[in-house]
Amino acid sequence: MLKNKILTETQCYHCGENCKEESVELDNKSFCCQGCKLVFELLQENNLCGYYDLQASPGKTQTLLGNRYAYLDQSSISDNLILFKEGNVSHIQFHIPAMHCASCIWLLEHLNRLDTGIINSKTNFIQKDLHIIFDHTKTSLRNIVEKLHEIAYPPELNLKELEKSEKKVSSKTRIYKIGIAGFVFGNIMLLSFPEYFSSGKYEGEDFHRIFGYLNLLLSLPVFFYSASEFLENALLSFRQKVINIDVPIAIGIVAMFSRSIYEVVSDTGPGYFDSMTGLVFFMLIGRNFQSKTYEWLSFERDYKSYFPIAVSRLKGTEEDVVSVHDIKPNDRLFIRNQEIIPADVLLVSKHAQVDYSFVTGESREVTCQYGERIFAGARLIGKPVEVLVQKDVSHSYITKLWNQSSGKSETKSKYAHLTESISKWFVIVTMSIAVGALLFWYPTDPSRAMLAFTSVLVIACACALALSAPFTFGNMIRILGKRGIYLKNTKVLERLSNIDSIVFDKTGTLTSTGNYKVEYFGIELTDIQKQFIASIAHASSHPLSWMIANNLSSSNNKLPTTHLKEINGKGIEGCIHGRFVQLGSRSFIHVAEAQNENVKASEVGVSIDGKLLGYFYFKTSYRQSTSSLLHAMKKEGYKISVLSGDYNFEQSHLEELLEQKEGIQFEQKPIDKLNSIKELQSQGIKVMMVGDGLNDAGALLQSDVGLAIAEDINNFTPGSDGIILSKNFGQIGNLLRFAKSGHRIIMISFIISIFYNLVGLWFAVQGTLSPIIAAILMPISTSSLVVYTVLASSIKARSLGLTKMRA
Amino acid sequence: MSVILILIAFSLLVAGSFLVGFLWSVKTGQYDDDVSPAIRILFDEEIVTPKEQPNSKNTDAV
Repeated sequence: MLKNKILTETQCYHCGENCKEESVELDNKSFCCQGCKLVFELLQENNLCGYYDLQASPGKTQTLLGNRYAYLDQSSISDNLILFKEGNVSHIQFHIPAMHCASCIWLLEHLNRLDTGIINSKTNFIQKDLHIIFDHTKTSLRNIVEKLHEIAYPPELNLKELEKSEKKVSSKTRIYKIGIAGFVFGNIMLLSFPEYFSSGKYEGEDFHRIFGYLNLLLSLPVFFYSASEFLENALLSFRQKVINIDVPIAIGIVAMFSRSIYEVVSDTGPGYFDSMTGLVFFMLIGRNFQSKTYEWLSFERDYKSYFPIAVSRLKGTEEDVVSVHDIKPNDRLFIRNQEIIPADVLLVSKHAQVDYSFVTGESREVTCQYGERIFAGARLIGKPVEVLVQKDVSHSYITKLWNQSSGKSETKSKYAHLTESISKWFVIVTMSIAVGALLFWYPTDPSRAMLAFTSVLVIACACALALSAPFTFGNMIRILGKRGIYLKNTKVLERLSNIDSIVFDKTGTLTSTGNYKVEYFGIELTDIQKQFIASIAHASSHPLSWMIANNLSSSNNKLPTTHLKEINGKGIEGCIHGRFVQLGSRSFIHVAEAQNENVKASEVGVSIDGKLLGYFYFKTSYRQSTSSLLHAMKKEGYKISVLSGDYNFEQSHLEELLEQKEGIQFEQKPIDKLNSIKELQSQGIKVMMVGDGLNDAGALLQSDVGLAIAEDINNFTPGSDGIILSKNFGQIGNLLRFAKSGHRIIMISFIISIFYNLVGLWFAVQGTLSPIIAAILMPISTSSLVVYTVLASSIKARSLGLTKMRA
Repeated sequence: MSVILILIAFSLLVAGSFLVGFLWSVKTGQYDDDVSPAIRILFDEEIVTPKEQPNSKNTDAV
């Protein structure tokens, strides 16, 4: 190992990480760890080094593979994963979150060189899926998964994958509808041109009748197929006695269609087929633009996405692999390093180190002793342990927590949307104008009365209503996506514009994970003592020790240590120059004065020759943007509160940061957080929750808008309405401002459309609306609104500094 | 002038065939992933550094 050591800072050839002190060299290339080197060797052996030619350092940092895919040999499990089998050939599809560049595609599509049993592998980059066709007589599912893991593209295998019955079929029907509507719209426009230019008079033959019937024929698929979703939704809303945005659209479509049929059949005019098909075409495009989704992100995660598919169960001395669903109370399980414990268990081994970061969002290791209870969702670190199952998977603490907070979907859908409330008024106003025109003309000119009535319905279309929100919000969601803020759908933006209170989780949200400040309290250390401690700490395998080592020493000359002994979860000791140095927990350093004190933060005690010198404390540091964000949000009138699962040892600091005393609560259990949100909501306050861990999951679901913070977009995030990359945490203020401006843009576009409608109605009430006016007015109003909304939202984004900088 | 009817019928036929083509391409998933095909086409048969060429020729059958 030591001869591979170099001291200058270099970058790993495979993953691009900065090589820390111990880099590994091969072929004049340096690697940050053995894992990365292994991948390189594997690729080199199989002649796959083209991987590195396509993009510099394309790899992902490595974790070493344990014996964790054994369960894939179980046919009951693998059969559930395999899509279908035929003869020797099996098909399987994996979700590979690590896929991120051209090199990834290249490597994943050349898997057959790593494993000759693989016949073909094909990626879908948008979905981050990999479809593999393999010969199951030559290789096995387990082999393939292990190979993928070795080259650092571990597939996502969890309980949810096992349960998925069918992959969500992305709605292609809307694309079909748009295609057909566009085709018909274009052709009817062409056939209507003679009508526009000669205003209905043809030389000689009666082409206009032929054209009229042709238009009628063409428009049938648009009315019955493309427009079906508007008509069906409108019917549905009639039955539920509410008026949604589809009602005015459906009225317009039906009015135009029936009036056009009447005109063609009675040979009184060409009809409004062009306007009708155009309307349907534009509306469908608007709907499609609005429904921008991030298919590779999952906003609907529940605990199942976190849990493994199978675990090892011990029967006597034998070990077999069972599906997580089949675990029963009193089963003994064997949990390996980095595995997630799927149920509430009792520890049977002496001690275990677990990390509850999935549950609490706080990645601090917890040491458990024999007989202690470990909750589902904990990840084991270090030596494998045996545990005794207490409850079924479906009855564990975390599952219950999840079920308590479900049922939010209905509370959120009750939210009255801007367009919905306006469309009600729109219907009332247009209907009364139409009826008014009918009544006005009826006594003098009955035929003109009918004409005016239908004309009003035809021209007063809900274009602005139906298009401005989709295009504004659709564009905004795209802009935000480029900035690393991913929202679930456009409704989130509408809700965001009404938020008046923001609740933050502390750890992992206001503070950044993994970024600790090391502070020392105690007798001042001399330089030589510092060097002693650094040398001991450097020899340890514990991350806290490394932090101490990095904190203490700038130089790299380590002193030779003897009698080095490390006890997992306790500490490390050793002799340097005849001095006995201990570094570790209070119980480890055996110093009298160290006992009986309240342990508040992560700490490491240090003693030399049995004399306690002091403690190192590890404080999480707040994100750089935290204080400015909180300040700005307070200034803009948002009510801020902080809910923390931690002890209150940072209360004063937080109060200072927030410049307020109320609204800061510590030692909050997940259910407390959920209840706090509920309480705020019962006062009529619209709450936005910002959190990161599963412990916030309930609160995220309950809140009006739940934003999850993710360090890396491929990481697990709890179910939420939006995911923000942690480096963009400071942009939350801009997000709220942006959402508010979206509201304003839509209001302005409504005002513009009122102007168009007034012009149209002017002709309509007099009964002089000709198809050509409709055919001109409709596209102009639609396109100008689309241009306005998209431009206005883009300009706003630029002025807020939200554009550029890809995530 | 009835030739115009033939022309219209023909134009509808041509346009209709394009529509069918479009629907077919959507159905067969040609628009599902617009990233990897664009990258895939740039992959040469072999991207191999010269010294490693000898043993590579027999493995690239897909």
